[in-house]
Amino acid sequence: MLESIVFYTLATLIIGFGVLVVTTRNTVHCVLFLVANFLCVAMIYVLLAAEFLAIIQILVYAGGIVVLYLFVVMLVNLQRQPATAPGRRPQARAGFALAAVMLAELSAILVFSASHPASVAAAAPPAPSGMGNTTMVGLLLYSDYLVPFEVASMLLLVAMVGAIILARKDA
Amino acid sequence: MTSSYLVPLLKIVVILNAVLVSVTFMTLLERKVIAWVQVRLGPMRVGPYGSLQPIADAIKLLLKEDITPARADKWVFTLAPIVAMVPALIGFAVIPFDREASFFGYRVSLFVADINVGLLYLVSITSIGVYGIILAGYASNSKFPLLAGLRASAQLISYEIAITMMLVSIVVMAGTLSMVGIIDAQYNAHVWYMFVQPVAFVILFIGGLAETNRAPFDLPEAEQELTGGYHTEYSGMRFALFFLAEYANMIVVSSVATTLFVGGWLRPFPNVQWLGVLDYVPGWLWFLLKTFVFIYVFLWIRATLPRYRYDQLMRLGWKVLIPLGIANLIVTATLKVLF
Amino acid sequence: MSTFDTTELTLNMGPQHPSTHGVLRVVLRLDGERVVGCDVVIGYLHRGIEKLCEHRDWQQIVLITDRMDYVAAASNNLGYVETVEKLMSLEVPRRARYIRVILAELQRIASHCLWLGTHAMDMGAMTVFLYCFRERELVLDLFEEYCGARLTYNSMRIGGLPLDIPSGWDKKVRAFCDILESKVPEYEELLTHNRIWRDRTKGIGVIGGADAVALGLTGPVLRGSGVPRDVRKDEPYAAYSDFEFDVPVGTAGDTYDRYLVRIEEFHQSVRIIRQALDGLPEGPIVAKVPRLIKPPAGETYHAIESPKGELGYFIVSDGKSNAPYRFRVRPPSFCNLQALPRLVQGHLMSDVVALIGSIDIVLGEVDR
Repeated sequence: MLESIVFYTLATLIIGFGVLVVTTRNTVHCVLFLVANFLCVAMIYVLLAAEFLAIIQILVYAGGIVVLYLFVVMLVNLQRQPATAPGRRPQARAGFALAAVMLAELSAILVFSASHPASVAAAAPPAPSGMGNTTMVGLLLYSDYLVPFEVASMLLLVAMVGAIILARKDA
Repeated sequence: MTSSYLVPLLKIVVILNAVLVSVTFMTLLERKVIAWVQVRLGPMRVGPYGSLQPIADAIKLLLKEDITPARADKWVFTLAPIVAMVPALIGFAVIPFDREASFFGYRVSLFVADINVGLLYLVSITSIGVYGIILAGYASNSKFPLLAGLRASAQLISYEIAITMMLVSIVVMAGTLSMVGIIDAQYNAHVWYMFVQPVAFVILFIGGLAETNRAPFDLPEAEQELTGGYHTEYSGMRFALFFLAEYANMIVVSSVATTLFVGGWLRPFPNVQWLGVLDYVPGWLWFLLKTFVFIYVFLWIRATLPRYRYDQLMRLGWKVLIPLGIANLIVTATLKVLF
Repeated sequence: MSTFDTTELTLNMGPQHPSTHGVLRVVLRLDGERVVGCDVVIGYLHRGIEKLCEHRDWQQIVLITDRMDYVAAASNNLGYVETVEKLMSLEVPRRARYIRVILAELQRIASHCLWLGTHAMDMGAMTVFLYCFRERELVLDLFEEYCGARLTYNSMRIGGLPLDIPSGWDKKVRAFCDILESKVPEYEELLTHNRIWRDRTKGIGVIGGADAVALGLTGPVLRGSGVPRDVRKDEPYAAYSDFEFDVPVGTAGDTYDRYLVRIEEFHQSVRIIRQALDGLPEGPIVAKVPRLIKPPAGETYHAIESPKGELGYFIVSDGKSNAPYRFRVRPPSFCNLQALPRLVQGHLMSDVVALIGSIDIVLGEVDR
């Protein structure tokens, strides 16, 4: 009961903040609403008993990536284009079209899954007793998903080195 | 049902009150300690030996005019001190003061929550605290505080990496992310981690100095800086909130160092039986004593050392502490696997 | 990649600033964080001293010289009275000359205490400031006992001194020397081998010996660059030729070497004071001078080694009036300050503060 209240509140907040992100005039406010959005998503992860994921969501997304967004927005003084800028009309039309396509897809998925409920066996196996979310994620990451993990870390390393080389002044 | 909500709620109330009171009196402690190092007396007028000075300061700050710059972003301007203070306070939810103590016949555990990702929770809270500085610099609607705020937050983010490496080394040694679990691991290992991981201890302390914007890494706050810091436009209680947040962060960092490296609530030599007379001192008192020692060292360092220039500061964080941290982590992990 | 519009930022370190040691105004031109140019604006403390002195008695001018380098007032007094004595070809009694040396060296210690305290505080080492001022207070107490004032002493007369030293004063000076010798290692412990201090001062504001001479720098700034010029050795005045002392000279010409030079000067000053006290002769403390001083017509220049550098006085007397015809001061801070635009080139903003402190200026002297 309490869980439902919390879930629906968080869901409303997430959707609300999401809408505010795309509609606010002031760019810095957009980014701040994005942070709030991510924090609410982290709380949903906690509800799902995935506490490690929740903390990582805060640490990496809200505390790292969005901080960089904020840096760029503030330093470059990014402003939203005024409503009268040329090219807005075709942009708006394309946006609406894409949104309609997405809505159609999502409804199709929901209708399909409602008429074909998943079997119990297909559900994820219950967590072995005593093992927290962190241990489970760690075990999976380093055994079944080792190769993707290493590839992802290589990608990050390359991106970092590239960024440093691009930003360095020629001494 | 009610007891499972009432007790944690009470604990939160007690801890928050304790933290806020200690933070206000820490201002007095700092002034006194620095004064005594400098052959002076510090505040002496308000109350016996100046002990009521923080109350006078609080009244003064509350009565000051609340100035908001004309074209500043009002929401963000008000939000920034809050975003600076709240992470400092909620960090106390996972600090374990003692495993159990009895009050009025009830046995209660002296921590609000022992979540099994306790250490990681603290790290994520620190990264949220960075927003307070960025938003403060931005909201002042002036180029120099903005740049100063961005510089200060860049300093914080850089030293976060070094600190996290050290925390990971400790996690490798203890095998758990839970704060209570780490103290238990030190008890089982019969040794405080400070002696096993001296490099990590030193780097955590230096990183903690940088994270809380304390000397010698306090260039963003120095009055001699030409361009003014990120809190230039703040006055009255909002200004005070930034500094209270800094002191609260100091207490959190000291508590984390106490838990991770000097055994938290364990008395010295917990496995040595003939020192059992020390057991009469309650565990939370040991914890507070050890935390106090670390806080004193913070203040002592501020009184003694000159200040690093910004580029030297960043060079230290990136070129010295992070490689040392990674090396420490690799060595720790290798030794842990081998033995 | 160079599509970014980078312009020079002009930053004003206004006359009111915690680190400019007075009302100095520095207009910096910055490229990002680096200083590409610097204009020094002075004159905020100009009081027309040189013109004032043309309307004062020769004896009254001693009072006014106090107010130039107000941190080291006795040195200013000494320079002036010696210039007039040179103009009058007056012989000062030995006792007076010895006591003048003691006063001048005590003044050097006090001035360097203030320099070290403010220099360290600018870089964040707040404690050194209070330790140095503790010693400076002792010197000021000694002066107060001698002449009644703590800052502006009026402590010399043309031909000698106004007062003899009170009884017991020399013992107090000896006690002070012992105290200082034990305290200077305390300052050094906090700074000299401190990694952060060295990072902030080594290699900052380097100037070579030849450039320093060409710019007209004097004092510890010149000696830090390796040029062993000290007026007390090269053209001895007062009783300096009777004493043995070394002149510390640096090598690298950076802020760290200038710091080391001044620290060593503490020790050398104590050495001189002890020799002066040991050899203090008996005798009169003022020569026979007429009640109304009127030097013969002529002009002369005389310089002394003040704590900041070579302090020179050029005085023209027309032999008839009660006041000098022309009174011109060569203030060491004014000449040393000219080096600031050279020194800050290419450094960061935080170094500007360190360099202003390293040159050791007093605006009273710069502006007069």
